[in-house]
Amino acid sequence: MLKYTIRRLLTIIPVLWLVSAMVFVLIHLVPGDPVLVILGAAAKPEQVEMMRQRLGLDQPIIIQYWDWMIALLQGDLGASILSDEPVTRLILERMPITISVAAVALFLSLAISLPAGIIAALRHNTYTDYFFMILVILAMSIPSFWLALLLMMLFSFQLNLLPVMGWISIFDNFWSGIQYLILPSVSLAFIMAAIVSRMTRSSMLEVLREDYIVTALAKGTPKRFIVFKHALKNAFAPVMTIIGFQIGFLLGGTVVIEDVYSIPGVGRLILGAIANRDYPVVQGCILMVTSIVVFVNAAVDVAYAYFDPRVSFDK
Amino acid sequence: MPDNFENISGKIRTPILEVRDLSVSFHLLEGVIPAVAGVDMVLNQGEVLGVVGESGCGKSVTAKSVLRIIPCPPGSIDSGTAMFEDRNLLELTEAEMEGVRGNKISMIFQEPMTSLNPAFTVGDQIAEVFRFHRGMKKREAFERAVEELRRVEIPDPAKRARSYPHQLSGGMRQRAMIAIALACRPRILIADEPTTALDVTIQAQILNLMGQLQTDIGMSIILITHNLGVVASIADRVVIMYAGRVVEEGTIDDIFACHHHPYTHGLLRSVPRLDRPSEDLQEIKGIVPKLNDLPRGCAFSNRCDYVMEQCRQREPVFKPIGSGHKSRCWLENRPW
Repeated sequence: MLKYTIRRLLTIIPVLWLVSAMVFVLIHLVPGDPVLVILGAAAKPEQVEMMRQRLGLDQPIIIQYWDWMIALLQGDLGASILSDEPVTRLILERMPITISVAAVALFLSLAISLPAGIIAALRHNTYTDYFFMILVILAMSIPSFWLALLLMMLFSFQLNLLPVMGWISIFDNFWSGIQYLILPSVSLAFIMAAIVSRMTRSSMLEVLREDYIVTALAKGTPKRFIVFKHALKNAFAPVMTIIGFQIGFLLGGTVVIEDVYSIPGVGRLILGAIANRDYPVVQGCILMVTSIVVFVNAAVDVAYAYFDPRVSFDK
Repeated sequence: MPDNFENISGKIRTPILEVRDLSVSFHLLEGVIPAVAGVDMVLNQGEVLGVVGESGCGKSVTAKSVLRIIPCPPGSIDSGTAMFEDRNLLELTEAEMEGVRGNKISMIFQEPMTSLNPAFTVGDQIAEVFRFHRGMKKREAFERAVEELRRVEIPDPAKRARSYPHQLSGGMRQRAMIAIALACRPRILIADEPTTALDVTIQAQILNLMGQLQTDIGMSIILITHNLGVVASIADRVVIMYAGRVVEEGTIDDIFACHHHPYTHGLLRSVPRLDRPSEDLQEIKGIVPKLNDLPRGCAFSNRCDYVMEQCRQREPVFKPIGSGHKSRCWLENRPW
């Protein structure tokens, strides 16, 4: 298990390098000259040239990459072209906001989907099962931005229960913070809950048909132990993989949701930076989000070995 | 049948499990499948009862129904009683059944590769039995699990208890299954084709082990198999099943030396023997009919070499033809 864990964690290094290289290349392939965006289309050629030199854009791409990489290894993601603020600081200021929305969404979706999936599997082919699965299909088909607007109309405009948009940190004022968190998290949680509960259900159904469940029954294990010990530990491994993937989508989903609800998170930072060709910020944000996804998936793989010991088995 | 009867060896046998008129069906998309239709079966104290038949004849379903571990739905136990220790197992509550399973009646299965949970150590899976049936704490139960592994002759039991099933060979896993089944010294062990998935050398080891532990514990065994060789080596009495019915029942000598039912005859003739030229090896013609599409009259009539007109009209009754020897056939005398 330890050997497996170390081996798995070591594979993060090349993956992260590859991710950083791809982020860099993609940004430089995207059309649109940042200098012209900053200076305006009417800028004189000399001004443009000076700006290029200042940003290092006159250097060959390899040199640019080298400089960027060296700085990156020192934790320096460069400075915003627009505001001249360090990208690291811009991201770190906004990251807690995005993470809190995503974390609450994750928590909500798991709190709904795991019990729903288990119950649907245990009541396979009954009306309870059908009910949950119809809900799942519904939840999967509703785009989160539209759901966000519907929720906003109902809870904020009609019922006046929750704020329309904006943000108060839960660390500044817990109760107001919670109120601002609810709608964005719920809109994000919906689709994830649907996917995870479907996966939980099918995984449980498969496991409940296994021979070792019959063995457990035959030795007198009580039903709840069979479900929560014997079945769930086996069924959870594939579910966890899906959750790992979904965390990536969740972070992507926050970009849209933050825009809908005017939340000053990383998502809006990315959108603004893309609109202004502020490529150091775009690079930094994407790198940060992809790193999180890489780390989460590594953690999922390590946890997988706990749920399924065959994975870490060294011959 | 009287409560006590004398068997061939003259010992008094006391019934420990009496299954009467058991019917089990499965409600599937293709219709209702009567997997077990009115089975009577008696297991006596300390004996090994062989249950023999082709795949799908209802032998496993009968055993699993007694323990009530068939999935319901789609399965349903439609009628019958299974008397054990003055209680009808088919009427017990689920909680009462949990106290019987693995404690008084245990079961081991055909596939040692898939019968153990891959996510838990072997020791943990044995320890569970002690925790549920003996109320032991985790540690004590685990120590007892190591003892049980030693008892089934697994080398280095302390280490093996911490192994996961995938780290053990097939024979080892079946030993571990036996350890689970026998942990609470049950009165009955149901062994559902326990050696089918194993190599021949390992088969003999497992059978020997079961025989030895049976003597130690003094339990009764229901041995489900389609291997007549296995039955001949360890069973005292045999029940032959076909299409969800018991077609013949008798001592090992009744079945091997003076069997009465043509199906039993066919089964025995299809076993290769060293003392007989291989041309004599004969299969039973035809295939097992679908359980929801059985021929009228006797279920075996469409495959029987000795079929008579009345066989196609009425189902034969299960009648005694000797002391403890019964057969479900219209034939008066054996034609072979």
